[in-house]
Amino acid sequence: MIIDINFIGLIIASIMASAVPLILASCGELITERSGVLNLGVEGMMIIGAISGFALMTVTGSLIIAVFGAMLAGVLISTIFAFLTQTLITNHVATGLALTIFGIGISAMIGKNFVGIPGKEFPVLFEGLKDTIPLLGPILFGHSIVFYFAFALPFITSYFLKKTKIGLIVRAVGDSPESASNQGINVRLVRYACILYGGSMSGLAGAYLSMIYTPQWIENMTGGRGWIALALVVFSTWNPIKILIGAMIFGGLTIIQFHMQAIGVRIPVQFLTALPYIVTIVVLVVISRDSRKIRLSTPSSLGKSFHKDN
Amino acid sequence: MIKIVKRDQPSRAIFFLTPILAIFLTLVAGGLIFYILGFKPFEALKFFFIVPIADKYGFSELLLKATPLCLIAIGLSFCFKSNNWNIGAEGQLTFGAIVSGGVALLFYEQEGFYILPIVILAGAIGGMLYASIPAILKTYFNTNEILVSLMLVYVSKLILDYLVVGPWSNPEGFNFPETRQFSDSARLPLLFEGLRIHAGIFLALAAVVISWFVFYKTYLGFQMKVSGFSLKTAKYAGYKGKKMIILVFLISGACAGLAGVGEITGPIGQLHREVSPDYGFTAIIVAFLGRLHPVGIIFASLVVAITYLGAETAQIFMQIPKYTGQVFQGMILFFLLASDYLLFFKFKFISSKK
Repeated sequence: MIIDINFIGLIIASIMASAVPLILASCGELITERSGVLNLGVEGMMIIGAISGFALMTVTGSLIIAVFGAMLAGVLISTIFAFLTQTLITNHVATGLALTIFGIGISAMIGKNFVGIPGKEFPVLFEGLKDTIPLLGPILFGHSIVFYFAFALPFITSYFLKKTKIGLIVRAVGDSPESASNQGINVRLVRYACILYGGSMSGLAGAYLSMIYTPQWIENMTGGRGWIALALVVFSTWNPIKILIGAMIFGGLTIIQFHMQAIGVRIPVQFLTALPYIVTIVVLVVISRDSRKIRLSTPSSLGKSFHKDN
Repeated sequence: MIKIVKRDQPSRAIFFLTPILAIFLTLVAGGLIFYILGFKPFEALKFFFIVPIADKYGFSELLLKATPLCLIAIGLSFCFKSNNWNIGAEGQLTFGAIVSGGVALLFYEQEGFYILPIVILAGAIGGMLYASIPAILKTYFNTNEILVSLMLVYVSKLILDYLVVGPWSNPEGFNFPETRQFSDSARLPLLFEGLRIHAGIFLALAAVVISWFVFYKTYLGFQMKVSGFSLKTAKYAGYKGKKMIILVFLISGACAGLAGVGEITGPIGQLHREVSPDYGFTAIIVAFLGRLHPVGIIFASLVVAITYLGAETAQIFMQIPKYTGQVFQGMILFFLLASDYLLFFKFKFISSKK
């Protein structure tokens, strides 16, 4: 069997494409969690982004409005979460679950009139360069702008957290809200901002799914990706660069599953579909076993409410 | 002028009143959403909350849906009281259904009084086995139980899918994704002619009574409460934390597994692809709305069960998508959590005159 080198390039490119929504949502959630807030509503925010993007694209015809509108929708829906957890000091886990359940429901309600409508073609960049370099051509060129943004995001996030003053503030708020507050930092404001940012990234991830990856609206189309994104943040031990690696592994499992079916490997399809979830659990176990390591890398106040007494 | 003042102590009256406030606010907000989407709000709410339970059949359906919700929520309240976040009850339900369904299929075309108890027990054991995974990983490997229990939900549904499409599918079933019909002896009896409500409701009621007893009359219940308030205090008091984590997971797994038994051995009588319309997730809301109190959970399960029925009725009569049920479920939890604020803070009216 001769394997076309460009075919391998195409497979890698398709793995990267399926990693895009995971990277976007995980990097957003990572910032939220770094500020000490655990938002389990990623799946809900993502599906809201998916329907908002698709609906705005269909109604306005503008891809730019649709993409930014989806991000805004993510921000709006995460505002509910921020208001509840930060202003009304509710439990993060329960509020996040409510957000996911609510998001799936409301997206299906809005999406009722958009089922079965074909999507639009999303423009890709550097299409012409695809065939210029063997193997690397299909990997590097011919993707949407969101794709390139997603692969830059972990590095931007890493730089932001390590090298910028605001990044330092976010980490301080997550690691020790009391001392941050004593230093005059408005903990609640920082956390609000981080939650809304996380919402915008989940919204973008959803829009990528409904506008670029599989350009159509299907009820519940995020299919658990939001939860995998959450798992990826733990997997990465809150390090954005490792999110990139984790997302590629998960994207890879998804894509390989298709190809194994195509070449007739006799493994039940359900087993292959279950693989990413099982791998997540295994990875979680492996990294959590070292309790010292996970304690060092976990934002100390993660999931704990902070309330300054009047 | 209105000022927000912290209460000296959380108010107990408000603790039990806020769920009612949350339901009321959900109805108002739901009406508003219907209005925005172009439906007549009162008519929609009527189809959602009154029409479905207006007759005998509807009421039986309400109990049918409330039964698994109540059963699972009771189990979850053991976990939540002791600060264990088992959110994978849906998976434990599914796995319980798989195990009990498998056992029921072993007794295919056999009759005998002993079959049903074995089938029920198998379901409880299945749920416990599945719940023991996040519990053991949490206690011995320090792994986050939220993510593990959740990932296992997807895995369990895929196992079920594999079985009903593949090895367990009905050989005479024209490739429908379902198993053979269980024998009558493997099925929970229906309570009334022509209605679908079945004996599973007694399992739920038993769970309510037992949990009430454990929570309020035993040392274990006290330990759970203390651990829920503060893990440090629990450790200081010398409670065996690991043992308790595993125990509460096993209890909630068993309850979810039993709910799974009810779903397949009741009116349906076979395993098929979708044993549960996310009862396992919805039960989390039920547990909170019921304030983790056994009696509260009974009422909460009835209220939330209406959202299931209402969604179906509204879909038929008004072409409102059935996912609307989840909108209501999410909103109830939002409003409930929000109104908890009133537990700890109160509004004080101060006259603006100086």
